Amino acid sequence: MRSADCALLFLSVAIAAFAFCFVDAALLRAAALPDEAARSEMVTQLRLTDLALFTEARYTRHPSQADLHSAFQDHPLALEHFPTGSLIGPPRHLLKLGAGETAP
Amino acid sequence: MKLWLEKQRYLIDYTLASLARRKARNLGLLLVYTLLVFMLASVTLYTHALRQEAARVLASSPEVIVQRMVAGRHDLIPPGYMEKIGRIRGVQKMEGRLWGYYYDTVTRANYTFMVPAVSVPANNEIIVGPALERSRGLARNNGVTFRSYSGKLHSFVIAEVLPQASELVSADLVLMSEENFRAFFDYPVGHYTDIALSVANPQEVRNVALKLAAALPDARPILRDEVLRTYASIFDWREGIVLALLSAAILAFGILAWEKASGLSAEEKREIGILKAIGWETGDVIKMKFWEGLLVSLTAFLVGFVAAYVHVFHFAAALFEPVLKGWAVLYPRFQLSPHIDGVQVATLFFFTVVPYAAAVLVPIWKAAITDPDTVMRG
Repeated sequence: MRSADCALLFLSVAIAAFAFCFVDAALLRAAALPDEAARSEMVTQLRLTDLALFTEARYTRHPSQADLHSAFQDHPLALEHFPTGSLIGPPRHLLKLGAGETAP
Repeated sequence: MKLWLEKQRYLIDYTLASLARRKARNLGLLLVYTLLVFMLASVTLYTHALRQEAARVLASSPEVIVQRMVAGRHDLIPPGYMEKIGRIRGVQKMEGRLWGYYYDTVTRANYTFMVPAVSVPANNEIIVGPALERSRGLARNNGVTFRSYSGKLHSFVIAEVLPQASELVSADLVLMSEENFRAFFDYPVGHYTDIALSVANPQEVRNVALKLAAALPDARPILRDEVLRTYASIFDWREGIVLALLSAAILAFGILAWEKASGLSAEEKREIGILKAIGWETGDVIKMKFWEGLLVSLTAFLVGFVAAYVHVFHFAAALFEPVLKGWAVLYPRFQLSPHIDGVQVATLFFFTVVPYAAAVLVPIWKAAITDPDTVMRG
């Protein structure tokens, strides 16, 4: 087989795999629907407000419920030191307050 | 048409042979290029799927959460507070929530203790999240003892373990009865952690929040809309140590690709000179180099993207776990539902494939329009 044909065949397979990602995504989404509904139901029943993604500190466990000072809780000059603080920003409503707006 | 196709095949043959002459260098470049696309695509796919998941799941969270602030800190809701809120027009339903954090010295992990509104466990029984079950090796009907902040030991029986499918929202939860919760945390009677409100007319949520803030100046209403927006920006591109590190990698790759593409080596210049001397036209040289750029960049993009998809949606983004875990002991095991944003994929394609193809073509065009003799003499 000519090297050009090999390269074009490889590219065709790669393009097919790329397209299959979208098909696979649709199949996985359909399969995940019951679990998703169960998660939503649990959020309603338990009145949850946050994802349990970062459990290392209270303001990262429930970022939407954190207050302005929780990231600097240890002493007045303490810098925020949990690694998650580098990944997620403060809640949007606290950012608004920081810009001089008032709470709703 | 057939002639044109045959010509392209010969050009690709020549391009591949030319690439093979500098095998190590070109393979190294392809590997770095693919890895870069893989990392960028992994971050993009993961954060987009997580945002979508958060938006769908948290759409069921309470419409408004009312916290009470004392000296800038979240404080308990005292008795009488709910009655004042009940007088505000538009408030349909309100429930006091009881929840708090507990640091377990055995596993050195933080748990979220909570009293559910429905399916409340019997006294001295608890329902635990799947990550807690794993970290403490618990199972249904096992006993477990926690030392409360007052120093007293409290023993519970595991009545149930929450389903693994719910781990993204319930990994660290410990559900217990109100009586147990108040006894464990020495919570005063009639006090709550915060209040969950629902508003009769969804259009009026912001107005109700404004009325609430006016009636109770120490209250802080947190709207569901704000919670959703917080999660929509949870991995904002400006934040994130991963992306900061990646931007350095992108710059390094940019320099590498630019150096490779823009600065033609003496060998490459001689090659172009010889091709032109034996009768190749400028257009042929450019087409040959176009194929080179396209083969390298398209291969890197396709392989990198497919590998990223498999990594994120079939291996639960295992490479990101150490970064996302931070210092946390409990980390939820979850499989994100794949949501691919076409615009993001197109952006990734544009910013990875097009610049490389362009960077390859420009210097070749300059060399190809020069006299062969001059090019060969360097």
